[in-house]
Amino acid sequence: MSHGRDTAPKRYGVVASFRTPEELLAAANRTREAGYRKIDGFSPIPVEGLTDVLKFDESILGWITFGHGVLGACIGVGLQWWTSNFAYSHNVGGKPLSSWPMFFPVTYECTILLAAFGATFGMIALNGLPKPHQPIFNAEAMVRASQDRFVLLVEASDPNFDETKVKAFMQTLDPESVEAVWTSEGY
Amino acid sequence: MATTNGKPHEPLIEGNWTNATIDAQIGDIVLDPKRHTEAQLKRIPAFLAKSLPDQLKSPWFLMFGIGFIGVNILLVAITVLVLTGIGVWGNNQPVGWGLDIINFVWWIGIGHAGTLISAILLLLRQQWRNSINRFAEAMTIFAVMCAGMYPLLHTGRPWVAYWLFPYPNVLAMWPQFRSPLVWDVFAVSTYMTVSILFWYVGLIPDFATLRDRARSRFAQIAFGFLALGWNGSAKSWHRYTHASIMLAGLSTPLVLSVHSIVSFDFAMSIVPGWNVTIFPPYFVAGAVFAGFAMVIALAIPLRKWYRLDSFITMKHFDWMAKVMLATGLIVAYGYVMEVFYAWYSGVPLEQGLLHNRIKITEAPYSWSFWLLILFNVVIPAALWSPKIRRNLTALFWISMSISIGMWFERYVIIPVSLTRDYLPSSFGYYTPTIVDYGMFAGTIGFFLFMMFLFIRFLPTINIFEMKELLHHMQHEKDHGEGHGGDKTVPAEAH
Repeated sequence: MSHGRDTAPKRYGVVASFRTPEELLAAANRTREAGYRKIDGFSPIPVEGLTDVLKFDESILGWITFGHGVLGACIGVGLQWWTSNFAYSHNVGGKPLSSWPMFFPVTYECTILLAAFGATFGMIALNGLPKPHQPIFNAEAMVRASQDRFVLLVEASDPNFDETKVKAFMQTLDPESVEAVWTSEGY
Repeated sequence: MATTNGKPHEPLIEGNWTNATIDAQIGDIVLDPKRHTEAQLKRIPAFLAKSLPDQLKSPWFLMFGIGFIGVNILLVAITVLVLTGIGVWGNNQPVGWGLDIINFVWWIGIGHAGTLISAILLLLRQQWRNSINRFAEAMTIFAVMCAGMYPLLHTGRPWVAYWLFPYPNVLAMWPQFRSPLVWDVFAVSTYMTVSILFWYVGLIPDFATLRDRARSRFAQIAFGFLALGWNGSAKSWHRYTHASIMLAGLSTPLVLSVHSIVSFDFAMSIVPGWNVTIFPPYFVAGAVFAGFAMVIALAIPLRKWYRLDSFITMKHFDWMAKVMLATGLIVAYGYVMEVFYAWYSGVPLEQGLLHNRIKITEAPYSWSFWLLILFNVVIPAALWSPKIRRNLTALFWISMSISIGMWFERYVIIPVSLTRDYLPSSFGYYTPTIVDYGMFAGTIGFFLFMMFLFIRFLPTINIFEMKELLHHMQHEKDHGEGHGGDKTVPAEAH
């Protein structure tokens, strides 16, 4: 069932597996120095400094969270102001209809709720999740990348990619294993 | 080795561990059912010991069984309540709020320690939180579930509880946003939602670990589904740590606001004994006090049954006990200030209430005030002793004492204040009924039931944070650096 789309397995990249975060960091540094740009590291714990090596510095998530927080505050204030003044205005204990100090707690909670949605779902969406199957999971080494191994990937889409050369280069990094990864059929 | 206060520096993880053995020790509690039968109950009759299979003699099964019985009691109590009406509770005029609101405040308070540990201690870079944050967060969620049941059922018609939320309806009515009770709806539902989000975000990398370790097809699919396809790439981790810090930053003011708003339910009214400005900080401190007591009461048996001694060390208990001691003193200060206010205000009704609380000979409820002082002030004073802070038996019973004491605190605040308000002709007395006690026992059962299901099916300790901590500790050892925060960042990172 190809539906006209090419679904045959394609080359995805080459991975090397390391035992410690320091080894991964050093290997990533050398891979970058060797001129490869489409590289990524997979690890069971965050490896400090790895994103610096990958020149990955994204701060959009903070803005997403902030934007959601502002939206939450606006919804909170707007809802209370509109319902108290227009939709269902009634006198409670002689307080003014727009008694804004009394609107503070609900506004505050709405701000936090939406900002938390922004942070959580923003993180999930930016990471491209949920996506149970990814080509990288075809690598044998990835089974332990969530446990006790640190995996370095050079993607096939890298302009300098040449499977034999990358494999040979990775062997010089003193890895535990090196393997080529292919995408699954149909992906 | 670094020293603090002349004492040798104790590690946060004891013994020799590697990433793989941490995975096995914590992850296999979920993946290997045998881990739940390792610890066996000792004091059971000989004929039962012979005839029962090992699974049924494990502490897990005992606690789960107690929880299951509790859930059934809860279901009976709720059924009786819903079929009959809230008249089956002891609530009356003038005591409109009885055990239902006491238990609501008690449970919400217990939940607060989870958020404190997971959010505030994360922002303060307290690495010792890593071993206890996961089950403390679970405790938060289940405690808030228990808490939420009470106001829901107290509405009398829980099936229309959605009326509490603002939504366009044919009645053309909207909530009254100037009431603290409506703030409570927003505060507690936001707290519940954000706690679940924070908990789930923390679980994602651990789900991935379990997905990759699982042997059975079912576990692989279930954890694969829950892990959402987490691959642990550098970019994912970057966004993940960013999101965790932001969630911690959002949860911190949230947790402080929730109990403050709960205290507004009282403080914004004009009932003598409730209309006190010290309530918000005093309630928050009380919540942390009660919450840490519950964390300790759960951590001590879990540590023993699942051999987690290396991860939850004596140092952890010592520090948790110190947090309890500090918050306990704030609470004690609150009790003193309540007495002081009553005297200093010069309001006869406030002074009358004080008499009604503390005079043993005249006041019908003075026993509850003095029990409160005993359980919350006198007994926890033992925590000043470093030996007691490291004696698990003593610590367990002090935690129990605090849990009971905090319950009495709400008893003293809620029904005792309501029994005698402005009109002597409407003075009353409050006696809880069997349905009240049944619901209370039932929610405790529900809490245990959920906690032990959690222990069976989800990782009790945050696996990836323990590995991170292990890595930092090894790094410190290699470089002979001091302890804590920023110093643990590898030098080559910059």
